[in-house]
Amino acid sequence: MTYPAAFRYTKEHEWVEIKGKQARVGITDHAQAELGDVVFVELPSMGTVVKKGGHLGTVESVKAVSDVFSPLSGKVVAVNDSLESSPEMVNQAPHAEGWIVLLEISDPSEANGLLDAAAYQALIA
Amino acid sequence: MKVLFDHALREGAGGLFPSSDVPARTPSDVLGSDLVRARAPRIPNLCEGDVARHYTALSKLNYGVDDGIYPLGSCTMKYNPKLNEDVTRLPGFVGAHPRADEALSQGTLGLLYELSGLLRGISGMAAVTLQPVAGAHGELTGMFLFKRYFEERGEPGRTRVLLPDSAHGTNPASAAMAGFSVTEIRSNDRGTVDLDALRAELDSTVAGIMLTVPNTLGIFEENILEVTRAVHDAGGLCYFDGANLNSFIGRARPGDMGADVFHFNLHKTLSTPHGGGGPGAGAVAVSQPLVDYLPVPWIEKMGETIRLDWDHPKSIGSVHSFYGNFLVAVRAYAYLLQLGDAGLRAVSENAVLNANYLQERLKKTYPLPYDRLCKHEFVLSGEGLPNHISTLDIAKRLIDYGVHPPTIYFPLIVHEALMIEPTETEGRESLDRFAEILEAIAVEARERPELLHDAPTRAPVRRLDQTQAARNPILTYPFDKS
Amino acid sequence: MRYLPNADADRRQMLKSIGRESIDELFSDIPEEVLAKFEPLGLAPRSELEVLGELTRWAEASDAAKRVSLLGGGIYDHYVPRIVGHILGRSEFYTAYTPYQPEISQGTLTAMFEFQTLVCELTGMEIANASMYDGATALAEAVLMADRIRKRRRVAVAANLLPQFRRVLATYAWAAGIELVDVPFDASGRCAWDRAPHDVSGLVVQSPNAFGVIESLGGLKAALGDTLLIVVTYPLALGLLEPPGAFGADIVVGEGQSLGLPMGFGGPLLGLFATKGEYLRQLPGRVVGRTVDADGKPGYTMAAQTREQHIRRERATSNICTNSALCALAATVYLVSIGADGLRQVAELNLAKAHYLADGIGRLKGVRLAFDGPFFNEFVVRLTEPASAARRRLADAGFLVEDPNELESLGVKNSLRIAVTEQRSRKELDRVLSVLGGKR
Repeated sequence: MTYPAAFRYTKEHEWVEIKGKQARVGITDHAQAELGDVVFVELPSMGTVVKKGGHLGTVESVKAVSDVFSPLSGKVVAVNDSLESSPEMVNQAPHAEGWIVLLEISDPSEANGLLDAAAYQALIA
Repeated sequence: MKVLFDHALREGAGGLFPSSDVPARTPSDVLGSDLVRARAPRIPNLCEGDVARHYTALSKLNYGVDDGIYPLGSCTMKYNPKLNEDVTRLPGFVGAHPRADEALSQGTLGLLYELSGLLRGISGMAAVTLQPVAGAHGELTGMFLFKRYFEERGEPGRTRVLLPDSAHGTNPASAAMAGFSVTEIRSNDRGTVDLDALRAELDSTVAGIMLTVPNTLGIFEENILEVTRAVHDAGGLCYFDGANLNSFIGRARPGDMGADVFHFNLHKTLSTPHGGGGPGAGAVAVSQPLVDYLPVPWIEKMGETIRLDWDHPKSIGSVHSFYGNFLVAVRAYAYLLQLGDAGLRAVSENAVLNANYLQERLKKTYPLPYDRLCKHEFVLSGEGLPNHISTLDIAKRLIDYGVHPPTIYFPLIVHEALMIEPTETEGRESLDRFAEILEAIAVEARERPELLHDAPTRAPVRRLDQTQAARNPILTYPFDKS
Repeated sequence: MRYLPNADADRRQMLKSIGRESIDELFSDIPEEVLAKFEPLGLAPRSELEVLGELTRWAEASDAAKRVSLLGGGIYDHYVPRIVGHILGRSEFYTAYTPYQPEISQGTLTAMFEFQTLVCELTGMEIANASMYDGATALAEAVLMADRIRKRRRVAVAANLLPQFRRVLATYAWAAGIELVDVPFDASGRCAWDRAPHDVSGLVVQSPNAFGVIESLGGLKAALGDTLLIVVTYPLALGLLEPPGAFGADIVVGEGQSLGLPMGFGGPLLGLFATKGEYLRQLPGRVVGRTVDADGKPGYTMAAQTREQHIRRERATSNICTNSALCALAATVYLVSIGADGLRQVAELNLAKAHYLADGIGRLKGVRLAFDGPFFNEFVVRLTEPASAARRRLADAGFLVEDPNELESLGVKNSLRIAVTEQRSRKELDRVLSVLGGKR
C-alpha cells in the first residue's frame, strides 16, 4: 500500500486530503492492518463542529475499538454512509472508498503541523 | 447442532400442571381483549424426553471443571465440592421467600450472618455486605462507597480513580459507572506499581486507587504498604479487587495491607461453580470509616435474633433486589466449614506451589516476561514463535489436546499473553501433563505449524468466524428465514 | 484435605524442583508486618457428614419454607418442573466458565442463543442480552442506557414501581448523576403517565405493577415523543398478556425468577433485558450470536463484544462480566419443558385462582380490593380492621402474607398484598376466605 504524497497524516494514524476549504479524513492503511477486520464504524452527525484532535468517531474490529481524532478543526459536511453496510471498505480501500468524513475546515494553517507521507512512513517503519 | 426451535412440534405439556380446581376464567373477559396476547410466543411444545436429550447433547459440547484442568488465569477454576451443590437444594433454602417475616427466616438470615462473620475474619476488616452478586458488582458497590464517603466528607472534588495498567477491564468500567474518571498508573519493570508514577498523580482530585492483589501478573506488590500509605496520606481510599484471594487466603488479610474496600469472589475463591458465566457472589468488606455507608438492609444480631436493619441513613442504598445471591452464600459457607483454618492455609499453599512449579518448568519453553516468584498464577508470552504462530493458535491447539486453554491476551501489558492459574485442586501429575502438552505444542509450532493454524480440529466446531458474527449479528433464531 | 491432590511427598519434590527451601519462602514477597498481623478464624475443619448436618439444621430453621405462601412482590412461589434441576445438575453446564473459548462452550452458547430468542418472543422485542444479575439491576442498567441515548440527565419513574426496583435504581442513578422524577398513580392503581414530564430520557413503568395491576400501555409510546419507554415486566404473565413490545416499548426488563428458578431467599435471580435492534451498540451485558466455523458449519459465539468492559474499559456500556448464565439456562429449560401451550396454561391457572380468591374477598364484609384496575395473579386488599391484625390471623392459620409496611411506604394504608400462583389449591384459598371473613 502506498501513502499518497498529496495527503497529510497524524501520529494517531489518520490521513487527511485537503482540497481548498474541504478536507476528507480516513484512517491509514497501517491503522486498518493493526485493527484487523473492521466490523463497525461510528460516524459523527452532519454539522458536528470539531476541534483539531477532537473525537470524530470510532472504528471497531472484533476485539478492539479505535477512536478517530480529527486532524483539523472544522465542521462535518459529509459522512461516508456506505460504511454502515460495508465497514470492510476501511480494510479494502482505507485511502479511498473507505474514507470516513468530509470536513469544512476552519483554520487551514493547522495543516502545517501534520506529517507528510515520508514522515508518516518513517513513524510506522 | 440443532437449536430447540428446529425440533418438530409435539403435543405439548399436558400433565405438568393439574386442571384448575377453581372455575376457569376467560382472559379477555377478565382483563379486556386489548391486554390479552394476540399471538402466542413461538416456544415449541416438546415431549420431556426431547428436552432431556436436547440439553444432554448440548452439555456434551461444553468443557467444565469436572472434565479436566481449567487453568484460566484470574478465574480460579478450582474443583467444586459436590456437597456444596447438594446443600443448596435443601427445601428450607430453596423454598424461602425473601419477604417472609424475620422470625420465620432465622435459618436463612442466620446463615448469612454467620458467613459475613467468617468473611470479616478472612478479610481482617470492619464489616461485610453480602449484597453484591458478582465481582464487578462488588467493585461497583465499592465505587459507590467511595463516592458517598467523599460526599459526606465534603470533598466532591475527588473524582479521579487510579488504576494500574494491568487492571481487569471491570475496574475502569465500575469506576466510570459510579461517575469517576480513570487515570492509569504504569507498572515498573518488576511488574508492580511504579511508586514514583503513583506519587506524581496523588493530589486532592484523587478518590483512591483500585488494586488487584496480587496483581494480574500473579505478582504480589511487595510495596503494598507503601502504596496504601501513600494513597491514605493523600486523603484517598484503597480498593482491593479480591479476584486473586486464593493466593493468600488463610495466611494474610487485606485489612492488614491497608485495604478500605475488598471484594470477595465467592464463586472463585470459595468454590462456587461458575455456571457458564454466573451466578456468582461479590461480598464486600470495608474498613471502619466506610461502615456507615454499606448497602441496606444490614443483617444484624439483636439478642438471639437476626434482623434486617434498614435504618442507616448514610447508606448508599441497595444494590440488589434482596440480600444478594443467598444460594451462592450457602455454598461458600459449606466450603468454609469443611476447610476450616487449616484447609484455607492449605489452599493458598498448594495454589502458589502449583503455579510456581508450572512457571519454573514452562519458562524454559515460552518467554516469561516477569521472571520472579509468582503467587497463584503467572503470565507467559506466545511471542516469538516461528511460522506466524500466535497465542490464539496455541490456545486452540490446547483444545485439540483435550485441555482448556489459559486466559489469553490479558493482562494487556504482556504481548500475546498466556495467563495460567492451575489452582490448588490440580495435582502434580495433572500439572506435568499440562506442561508436556504446552511443550509439545511449541515443537509443533516449529515443525508442523498447520496443526496450530488449523486448530481446533477435534472440538465440536472449528474456529468460528467472529468477523461475520460482528458485521452481521444474528442474535435470535431466524424464524422467518427457515 | 479431600480436595487437594498433592501429597506431602509431592510438595517436597515440587519445592525442590523450583529451588525453594520451604513453603514459607513462597510467601516471602508478602511484607512481614502483614503476615505477623494474621489471625485465624478459629474454625476447625469438619467432615462432609458434619457439614451436611450443620447445613440441614440451618435449612430446617427456615420456617418460612414450611408455610403456605401468599407472598409476591416480584418473587413468586411457582412450580419448577423436575427436569430443570436435572439439566442444571449436569456439571458440563454448571462447572464451565464464561464461554471465552467458543469451540468448547457450544453447549452454553447455544442455550444462551435460545434464551435470547425466548426473551424476545415473550417480550415482543428484537434483541435480548444473555442475562443480568436481577430485575432491579436490569432496570438500573436500562435507565443508564436510556440516558446514554437521550442524555437529558432526568428519567421519569412510575411511583407504583416495586420498592426493591426503586431502591436499586435510586443508588445507580445517584452515582451516575441522573435525577429520578416520580409519576403518580390514579385510583385504579395505574400509572398516571399523562402527568409525566417531557424533558426526560425515559419513562419507567412496571406492569403488572407493585399493586399487581396491569398497566394500560396503549397510546403511551406515541404520547412520549422521543422519550424512551422502559417497561418492567413479569415474564410468566406474558404467557397471557400482550407483550410490551406490542406497545412500542424501547427497553423491556424484568425479574426472571418466575421462569423455573426457586425463590431461594431472593438469590440468585435472573435479570431479563431486551430492546430494539437499533440500540444494539448501547446494550449492556453479554450477547451471543450465530456464525459459522472454518468448515462453514453453524456455531455460536459471543457477539458485539466491543461494547463490553474487557475491550472498551471505562467507556463500556456496563461493567457487568459474571451474569446469571445458569439461571438463564434454567429459564430456557423451563420454557421449553412447558412450551407455549403450557405457559398459557400456567398463566391461566394463576389468573383463575387469583380471581377466585379476589371474588371471594369481594363478598366478605370489611374487606375490599384497593384498586379497580385489572390484575393477573396479585392484588391489594383494603381492610377496615388493622391490616396487621388480619395478617396475624392469616399467619396463625399457616399463611405467609407480607408486612403491610411496604404498601404504606407507597401511600396505600391498611392494606395487604396477596399473590396467588398455580401452586395454591382451592382448599387453601377457601381457608384464606374463612380466616379473612373472621370465621375460625
